[in-house]
Amino acid sequence: MKISTLWYCFQQGLKNIKRNLLFSLASVGTIVACLFLFGIFYAIVMNFDAIMQQMEESVAVTVFFDEGISEEQIKAIGEEIRIRPEVNTMDYMSAEDAWEYFGPQLFDGNQEMIQAAFGSDNPLKDHASYNITVSDVSKQAELVKFLEGLDGVRKVKSSEGTAKSVASINSLVGYASIGVIVILLLVSIFLISNTITIGITIRKEEISIMKLIGATDFFVRTPFIVEGITIGLAGSIIPCVILFFMYGMVVDFLSNTFSDLMSWLTFLPRGEVFNTLIPICLLIGIGIGFVGSVVTTRKHLKV
Amino acid sequence: MLVLDHVTMKYPTGTTALNDVSITIEKGEFVFIVGSSGSGKTTLMKLLLKELDPTSGSIQINGKDYAKVKRKDIPKIRRDIGVVFQNFRLLKDRNVYENVAFAQRIVETPPRYIRRQVPSMLTLVGLGDKYKSYPKELSGGEQQRVALARALVNNPSILLADEPTGNLDPKNSWDIMNLLEEVNKRGTTVVVVTHNREIVNAMKKRVVTLKKGTIVSDVKKGGYIDED
Repeated sequence: MKISTLWYCFQQGLKNIKRNLLFSLASVGTIVACLFLFGIFYAIVMNFDAIMQQMEESVAVTVFFDEGISEEQIKAIGEEIRIRPEVNTMDYMSAEDAWEYFGPQLFDGNQEMIQAAFGSDNPLKDHASYNITVSDVSKQAELVKFLEGLDGVRKVKSSEGTAKSVASINSLVGYASIGVIVILLLVSIFLISNTITIGITIRKEEISIMKLIGATDFFVRTPFIVEGITIGLAGSIIPCVILFFMYGMVVDFLSNTFSDLMSWLTFLPRGEVFNTLIPICLLIGIGIGFVGSVVTTRKHLKV
Repeated sequence: MLVLDHVTMKYPTGTTALNDVSITIEKGEFVFIVGSSGSGKTTLMKLLLKELDPTSGSIQINGKDYAKVKRKDIPKIRRDIGVVFQNFRLLKDRNVYENVAFAQRIVETPPRYIRRQVPSMLTLVGLGDKYKSYPKELSGGEQQRVALARALVNNPSILLADEPTGNLDPKNSWDIMNLLEEVNKRGTTVVVVTHNREIVNAMKKRVVTLKKGTIVSDVKKGGYIDED
């Protein structure tokens, strides 16, 4: 095909949008509505996921050792633990560190009373510990079982209840996200294919005239594809721009209104959400426009 | 040359639109196809444009057997056939110039030729000053002239006209027929499907009469035959 013909088809695609302005606006509107909902849900899921991850990280397992065990032995056990796949981070707190940290908190911080009670003794001398966070809370029970079976380990402290709750909320959100995204995509495809079908039906006569006077399928279809992609592109850029500004405002509003919750409720920075949301929206928009125009023109091309 | 050899066309509904029809139209001929509604004229036009494939028999245009033409090659065949439809079938959202130029763009005529040939074709059909008008701004006769210009602009070897005077008054009808005769004199084979008794009788061309899907008469320099 000659460049001049391709250029003509491209121009016709853009002119078609203007010629069928109402239909074009309806199509853009449908895509905007669907991708807007998708974008909102996507941002919520991403933030929820981040909060959950943060919560997972705060769920820790603490390991205490048998009395009289040497520091070398503790380190050897530590190496054994470190290679476990469930381990995310691992911090060692020696008996001295523990006393230094907890000691000043006794007797409401009254140094004289602390001195009178313990002198230079370290009451936590057998409380050296490893503080372990897990990469996946659902695997915590498995890790605890392993730790309890280790020689030299006296006690394993874990917040089993919290771990179970976080794990079940996580899987619930996982299923709900998949469900809502699938429903949203199905609704979008239905609405958009419906809109395109109406548009093509209106132009069935035009396509049949073109075919009868000798136009090839490519010649007839290319302007429709250009039109579909342009509509898809416009329909995906608009919600991205709206959501981009809206996200900042909503995060500011929530941070100001629920400032007490901000210690555990932290929102993802805008860049992190939109780095993935924008390409996904553009791909969906362009994809819907392209596939929609190819599929719906196909059945009218058999003239 | 256009050859229909024992062509039968049965629709899935069971209706037989054409039954064992054989016609040979030589290059440069002018032929009227006449017959009442339901005689098979429209089906014949659709077969010639390869909108339909016959149930049996063969169709050849300029030596090409339609049965052997692949789907992707159908546009090439149609480009050698100019077609004028009864209800004009112009692209409503494009002006007169664009409607005619469209036929040239399909065959990838360089833009500089399009800019030269379209105005001269519009002048030939008497619409040189209306190239910016849209179909809805034109009379029936003018729209039919645009359709004729579109059909002729690529210099087809065959021109098919389906009821070209069907929606026109007598004066416009004669203008169109005179144009068709002019085109025929330049060497284009012209096949006109019509109901117009007066024109058929006056022009003294070959007349093929169809009745219930069968050829009942084929007369050189003939006239309109009443079927009853």
